[in-house]
Formats: sequence, structure tokens, C-alpha cells
Amino acid sequence: MAEITMVEAVTQALAYEMQQDKDVVLMGEDIGLNGGVFRATDGLYKRFGAERVIDTPLAETMIAGLAIGMAAQGLKPVVEFQFMGFIYPALDQLINHAARLRNRTRGRLTCPMVARAPFGGGIHAPEHHSESTEALFAHIPGLKVVIPSSPARAYGLLLAAIRDPDPVIFLEPKRIYRLVKQDVPDDGKALPLEKCFVLREGSDVTLISWGASMHETLQAADQLAEQGIHADVIDVASIKPLDIDTIVASVAKTGRAVIVHEAARTGGVGAEIASLLNEHCLLSLLAPVQRVTGFDTVMPYLKLEKKYLPSVNRIIEGVMKTMEFA
Amino acid sequence: MSRIAEFSIEYQQCLAATGELVTPLPAFATQAGALIELYEWMVLLRVFDAKAINLQRTGKMGTYPSSLGQEGVFVGIGDAMQATDVFVPYYRDSGVLLQRGATISQLLQYWGGDERGSDFKECPEDFPICVPIATQFLHAAGIATAIKYRHQKRAVVVTGGDGSSSKGDFYEALNVAGEWQLPVVFIINNNQWAISVPRTAQTHCKTIAQKAIAAGIPGIQVDGNDAIAMRDAVDQALQRARNGEGPTLIEAVTYRLCDHTTADDATRYVPKEQIEKAWQEEPIRRLRQYLEQHHQWDEKKEQQLQQRCQEQVNAAVEEYIATPLQPVSSIFDYMYETLPKSLQQQRQAAEQEGR
Repeated sequence: MAEITMVEAVTQALAYEMQQDKDVVLMGEDIGLNGGVFRATDGLYKRFGAERVIDTPLAETMIAGLAIGMAAQGLKPVVEFQFMGFIYPALDQLINHAARLRNRTRGRLTCPMVARAPFGGGIHAPEHHSESTEALFAHIPGLKVVIPSSPARAYGLLLAAIRDPDPVIFLEPKRIYRLVKQDVPDDGKALPLEKCFVLREGSDVTLISWGASMHETLQAADQLAEQGIHADVIDVASIKPLDIDTIVASVAKTGRAVIVHEAARTGGVGAEIASLLNEHCLLSLLAPVQRVTGFDTVMPYLKLEKKYLPSVNRIIEGVMKTMEFA
Repeated sequence: MSRIAEFSIEYQQCLAATGELVTPLPAFATQAGALIELYEWMVLLRVFDAKAINLQRTGKMGTYPSSLGQEGVFVGIGDAMQATDVFVPYYRDSGVLLQRGATISQLLQYWGGDERGSDFKECPEDFPICVPIATQFLHAAGIATAIKYRHQKRAVVVTGGDGSSSKGDFYEALNVAGEWQLPVVFIINNNQWAISVPRTAQTHCKTIAQKAIAAGIPGIQVDGNDAIAMRDAVDQALQRARNGEGPTLIEAVTYRLCDHTTADDATRYVPKEQIEKAWQEEPIRRLRQYLEQHHQWDEKKEQQLQQRCQEQVNAAVEEYIATPLQPVSSIFDYMYETLPKSLQQQRQAAEQEGR
């Protein structure tokens, strides 16, 4: 079997589900013949036609609003926002309507839509193209927020997101769209949405991350292992709802936690996880929970973007701070 | 320079303010009882509105937006729609919702702060009342997209106020509906006021109907105080939509004879002369005059109708008042199809708090 990249796994999942379910319809800007600016819908227009792979007029609020109406009719729209930085005009629709249609109608109307968006920095893109504001969505009751960090998880989680009966924000870390290749069987098997993935097991510290930062976090774990520090490494994957049980179980074992995310620190999802660790396993902690995150600054333009992103060194420093305690 | 395109906007009216016909009756209106039915719906709506305001004033209900003076717009819409069409309301559409099959007590429930008020049983595909301005136009276009995708012969009607026609969602919805030739009818209830801002401060456009021109779709202005013209215009637009002939924008020109909502005091900004003049043109009086002139209505029938409406509304009020509260757990139970574990814990905590 050929190995595929994460963006190809996204395409594979979309194609699988479109083949299975005629209610799945794709919408977005440049997703048709062009296959999307990152080629996530490559070939789908030719295979499924213009009725199901729909190039929309250029208006993000409209994309979200249309999807809500379509989803209420029982379709399963999977819409692409070209970059996370362009999703903000759609917030009104996503927050005021997608997230609460089920609740407002006591379950009479629902909104089984997926909003996909490439997110995060590190690809030398122009201004506004490197956002990671997942916490905005995680804060909204009624939404689910999912972030894959490997081809296999992109495939399984996207299938789960499309099949989910509620709106899912599916954020694709574009920096690792083509970083690694994996065998991803096209077997239609979804992964669970309310579940963290333990990627590495160790007893000294728990490293918690998601998205593109997962890559540096794993590298840091490798280097720490060489120094005799063995880390549990957790890919949160579902930012909302959060599988805190898996994280707590790990931290109860290791006594140390370092949370790594690319997004700005204040009000980030890391703060929520740290708070939950305080509530659930404070007495197991041997050291204060550390956060290694982006800064509370505007995402710098491409020349300095690497200085903003959590590096392997910064992650190791974070771990070392926790090791200073007994 | 040469002229490369020309546009015009038509105005539709059947009944003048005096109740005189200015154009021949459309076919539907010549059927026995058709106009009386329109009239009775308008009267019921007016009785309902007055009661709703009264309930709010006496602390038995939350904020409420009345339709006073605009009954012709809403009753015309409700009468023209078929059961299989889908209605996407804004927040002043009590009349249409009642015609669609929502119950009076349900509407009271919604404005009284109970989510069950949007669980319409008789029109299960219709959207709930939409408070954020203009967002609903896009939902309607989305529903119409699904209808078109499935090759169904039905259509969507969506409403908004004159203020909503200034928002991007409105333009984006018109644009995509035109581009994709969607089966949707956009209706602007131009009641001259967006809370305190007059229609003249909303746009330099002479009509709101002409905003259709930029989207490449038909736009028409209708006398919204003329329920006959409204009913006919919506019906024609719906027929085109159902036949795959695309969307229409209808601007219904009327006047808000009430406050924006019960939280508003329109005497602060509405010129007195303007409202006095508007009372001479309002829809119920107009149709009653026509019916009386044509011996279809009299004072006795009026008294009987008023009494029936009062009884119907009073019974619904009793039902609304007697409705037990939802359990506190209900605030969790419709967030997701399956409640996430973290929310299960919060749900349990909320239930314990309630004890």
C-alpha cells in the first residue's frame, strides 16, 4: 500500500465518505477544479461532480450560513475555509446558529456540518495565514473542535467528524500537511472524537500537545529519553470535548505535566488543561504544570515566525523546569 | 458612452387605503371565503399581539415584538405558502408562524423564555425565530440549496426587517441565490423603522427591492398594507421558485404602528403626524372596508370574530401559564446528540443544585 501524507489522508477520508453517503457535500472557495489551495479536495470535483464539490462565491459568512441551512435539511456539508485567518466573518453564524440549532429547537433541527480549515504557522505564508485560534471555538458550547496530527488520525478523525450529528470544527495543521507519510488503509474506520491518543509511554513527565506542535513535542521526547527522562506523550486531538481522564491518568503516574501549543498563551486550551489537572490530580503533581506556547503577540510575519513557534529546545526547557522539583 | 443595461422596479397594489380596488382582484381572491380568511387571520394576529404585550407588561412574559400595522405582510406570506415549503422567520413573524401551524401558546412560550416554544410540530422543517439580524437569509439559501440538490419541487420563504437589508448576510444570500438560481423568496418587511433609525437613514437606495438588481434576480415592491397584493406577490414568487425559475426579493412597504419591542418607547423618535397618517393606511381597516363595501362583512360578523379570537387567545394564555417548567437538566440535554462526559458531570451538579 502506498504511504500518504496528511493532506492526502484528508482527501481520502472525504472521498470515502462521499462514496458512501450521498448527503455529504463539499463547499468552499477554490475547492472544485483547483482542488483547494492545499489540494485537500484534489480530484474530487472530477470524481463527484460540481453538484457535490461546490465552488462558492467568495464570502465566508455565506459558506457557514449555507451549511447550517443544508445541515438542517439533513445534508452533511463539509465546508472548507481557505485559512483559519479567514474564518472570523463566519463566527456569527457558527456561534449564534450552528452551535445552538439543536438546543434552540429542542432537538427538532440539528446541524451535522464540518468546518475544515488549515491552521497554524510555519509555512512562510503571508499575513493572516498562520493563525491558531482553536481556543475561540473550544470556548463555544455546542461546537466540537478536532485537530489531527498524523495522516492516520486525519483520516479517522475526519470520518468521525463527518459522521458526527453535531457541528465540528476540524482544524488541519498545514505545517505538517506533507511532513510525514504513513500507510493509511482506506477502510472507512473512524477514530473516536472524545479521546486523546497516547503516542509514547514514559514514567517521568507527561507531554501534552496537539496539531503541528506534536512534531516538536515528539522530538523533544526523543532527546529527553537520551538523557534518561522518559515522557508520556499525549496527542489531545479532540480539544473539545476534552478527554481529561487520559491526561489525568498519565499525570497521576508521572507527576509532571508540560503542555505545548502554538496558540497564544492567555486563555489558550493549555490553561484549561492545567486548570483541570489542578482539579483532578493536584496532589499527584510533583511540580507546577508548565506551558510552552506561542506568545501573547500578533503572529509575526514569516521572517520571525520560527521564533514564535514552540521549539524543541523550549519544550525541553519546560520539562527541565518540572524536573527541578523533587 | 453607451447604455449597456437598464433596470426598473415594479410596484404592486390591489387595494387602495380607502378599500377601493386599483387593479382587478387576482384569481385566488375571487374564490369564496378567500379574503375573509385573510381578514380573520389579521384580526387574530392583532388580538394575539395585544395580549402578548399585556402579558409582558404584567410580568408574565419576556420582551415581545408586536406586528401591529404589519399584519397584511405576514398574513399574505402565510396564506401563499404550502405546507411543504419551508419558512425561515426573523422575529416579528407571529402571524406566519401561526398560519404554519405553530400554536399561540407555543409563541408565548418562546417569548416567555421557554425553548420548547420553537419545537414546531406542524411545520417541523421551519426554522426557529431568528434574533441576530440578517443571519437567517443565509440559512434560507442553504435550505434552498438542499432542496435544489434533491430536485424537490418546493421553496423557502425568509423574512427580515428593513434594517436587515443593510447587512452583509443579506447581500451574500441574495448573491448566491441568484448565482445558483435557488428556490427562495426573500421578503423585507419595510416597516420604516429599525428600532429608532428610520428607513431613510438606512440606505440611499430609493427602494430596497432594487437591491435585487445587483444580485441579478427579480425585485418587486409591494404595498404591504394590502394583504391581497402581498398574498399574490408571494404566491407568484413561490411558483417561480418551485418551478426552478430562481429567487425573488419582495419589499413589503408598511408601517410599524407599535414600539420596536416591549423594551422600546417609540414616542421618543416617531413623529406623531407620521403615525397618525399611517393609521389611515393600515391593513385591517383597509380590507374590512373592501369587504363591507362588497357586502361580505358587517358589524355583527365583526363582533363574533372579535369574540372568537379573544376566546382562542385566552385559552392559549391559560395553557401557557399552566405549562410546567422544564427540568434544569434540559439545559444540557439538547447541546449535543450524545452528552460529553464533562457535561454529564455539570448536568449532575446542576440537578443537585436544584434540590
